[in-house]
Amino acid sequence: MTTATHDADVDILGPDHRSLLRLATAGSVDDGKSTLIGRLLYDSKQTFIDQMEAIERTSRTRGEDDVNLAYLTDGLRSEREQGITIDVAYRYFATPRRKFILADTPGHVQYTRNMVTGASTADAALLLVDARKGVVEQTRRHAYLSSLLGIRHFVLCVNKMDLVDWDRAVFERIAEELTAFASRMDIDDVRAIPISAKLGDWVVEPSSRMPWYDGPPLLELLEMLEASDPPQHHAARFPVQYVIRPLRDEFHDYRGYAGTMASGVLRVGDRVAVMPSGAETTVAAIERYEDQLHEATPPMAVTVRLADDLDVRRGSMIVSAQHPPVAASTVDAHICWMSERAPLRERDRLVVKHATQTTRALVDEVGARLDVNSLEYDLTASQLSLNEIGRVRLRLMAPLSVDPYAESRETGAFILIDEATSATVGAGMITSGE
Amino acid sequence: MTTADAPLCHSVTSPPVNGGRATELDTLAWLEAEAIHIIREVAAECERPCLLFSGGKDSIVMLRLAEKAFWPARIPFPVMHVDTGHNFPEAIEFRDRRAAELGVELIVASVQESIDRGRVVEEIGPRASRNRLQTVTLLDAIAEHDFDALFGGARRDEEKARAKERIFSFRDAFGQWDPSNQRPELWNLYNGRLSRGEHIRAFPLSNWTELDIWQYIKREQLEIPSIYFAHDREMFERDGMLFPTSEFVPRLPDEDPFEARVRFRTVGDMTCTAGVLSEAETLEQVVSEIAATRITERGETRADDRFSEAAMEDRKREGYF
Repeated sequence: MTTATHDADVDILGPDHRSLLRLATAGSVDDGKSTLIGRLLYDSKQTFIDQMEAIERTSRTRGEDDVNLAYLTDGLRSEREQGITIDVAYRYFATPRRKFILADTPGHVQYTRNMVTGASTADAALLLVDARKGVVEQTRRHAYLSSLLGIRHFVLCVNKMDLVDWDRAVFERIAEELTAFASRMDIDDVRAIPISAKLGDWVVEPSSRMPWYDGPPLLELLEMLEASDPPQHHAARFPVQYVIRPLRDEFHDYRGYAGTMASGVLRVGDRVAVMPSGAETTVAAIERYEDQLHEATPPMAVTVRLADDLDVRRGSMIVSAQHPPVAASTVDAHICWMSERAPLRERDRLVVKHATQTTRALVDEVGARLDVNSLEYDLTASQLSLNEIGRVRLRLMAPLSVDPYAESRETGAFILIDEATSATVGAGMITSGE
Repeated sequence: MTTADAPLCHSVTSPPVNGGRATELDTLAWLEAEAIHIIREVAAECERPCLLFSGGKDSIVMLRLAEKAFWPARIPFPVMHVDTGHNFPEAIEFRDRRAAELGVELIVASVQESIDRGRVVEEIGPRASRNRLQTVTLLDAIAEHDFDALFGGARRDEEKARAKERIFSFRDAFGQWDPSNQRPELWNLYNGRLSRGEHIRAFPLSNWTELDIWQYIKREQLEIPSIYFAHDREMFERDGMLFPTSEFVPRLPDEDPFEARVRFRTVGDMTCTAGVLSEAETLEQVVSEIAATRITERGETRADDRFSEAAMEDRKREGYF
């Protein structure tokens, strides 16, 4: 029933150059998300015999006529008891063209922080809508949060088309509504597909019941999506994670700065600045284990050696000397507040982790709070409660080398940590810094 | 330079090769970079990390990644094995040799000692296993050595409780995992701050699949214990699975041993690790068989996951790996 192929069709013994696409699903309860994921796993032949036997048993025990593919994504005991998803689950599948990591995120508003966890690393969002209900509040909230987190590719799956008689007009109305909504959020890439996750229409295979849809099936579309911009469009940013100094005779004077390339391209011979001091030097070598590289691009984990002996430590950032980031002592950011213990208030003190640097921050101002239902900002707000999002200004104890989040996720994002509990209580996306 | 790395060096100027983007890393390179980032982050933020090393394939990959993360310096933390005393001798031999080659400190935490000291009571009967007892030995060793972070080789594709676990997974003083109260984990910004008595289990291989592990072993030409390859062994059948005979497993009256050509897909305790019939003698043949298999790794070979729908979830709550 499927042309999707398992890894066996790929020469898995040769060099495997398949790329990776990270997806996050979003949608509300009962719109068939688990069934769709089950269908993708099943039709791309990623399910195993013992898993299928287990879900057949579960389906029988629960008195269902057919094998319910949704049970492939069954979660923890408490989730099964409540019949909802509480936390992100990660699923893995592959086609001959690409490997996928899918973050299956919860829909309920009280688990927004888990949804944000799953979406923060995604290249594309898979938005699910029940054809009978259309775009609902939760769809809009997820779309907005996803766009805030920098996801630029949206795939809208209008599901349960079988329950609306495969009606093209229903599909087109929903697709137009979401596209109009998305254009207000600077999302330029929305692709809509009419599907039936339960029956498989347009998921992996074309559907003869909806011949009027002229795009590719969902899986093929996911295979073709471009994950991100080419790195040469951005300035080089290399946060230093760890200083490598082997205490061995053969590497006596060796001093290497290990880290993960955050944005742009770093080449041997490039003129660079070391933030926060701004002292300039030249890239002497880029190493990856025993290999000498000419250049590094995201997200390569490499070790950089510099021509001059400067003060470089964990938390320093090696950057393009021509286009350095702002050494900011205050930042304006969108913050998603994730603490159950207390709201975020002006004058609060928190720990900030940005790239590889950790410092403290004082909440200068809570400027606006987003109403996630109307998507309007309340300018009179002065605090943020659990799962609320707002515009906040932070004053920093030590300067951070920041870029706007819209330009660089890696150097535009930070987390907030509650010093008393060590818990992660906020996610920040920088709009500007000075 | 390895052939796999070659295209990356010139990728910006060479024509697009994959999905229209020239600079895209392939999946293995991406996974390797992510894992190295995580390992370095733990080493930078924690006082006393330790890497769990059993001599199994996942921990072999972990050790290789740690080697790469700090090269040309040595791995800046010890490795530890929780030894049930029921391990495959081939895996133990490999464990000792590999640790010596890399010059890392190897700590062996012994379940037998925990039994001897009365910390745990051995299960009895033909289905007795020391699998659950490991948790106590592990937690005791963490306390004794004052470790604040343990690297584990667990993957999210293995099992549904693991599919939900964060890369930095926090354990309280009892080693318990609380799945309903996990820290949010955004981007690659890992929060390594601990409250008193807590420690981190860090899982750099979270996003790897079983096939990724095997492809990486092949790409890196990593040595693995001989039991991963087809060999003749005395086996017996129980619950539809083939187990190796050993002094640790009393057989039931109808469980007659027989010779079979098998390999092992995972390396755990001899009491709960089943083998699969196989003729795969080389890494290439093993990878081909894994790619073609239609049964999950744990479903096929791990008796410890067959107790209930939530066996792993329950053990993790108790402080298991």
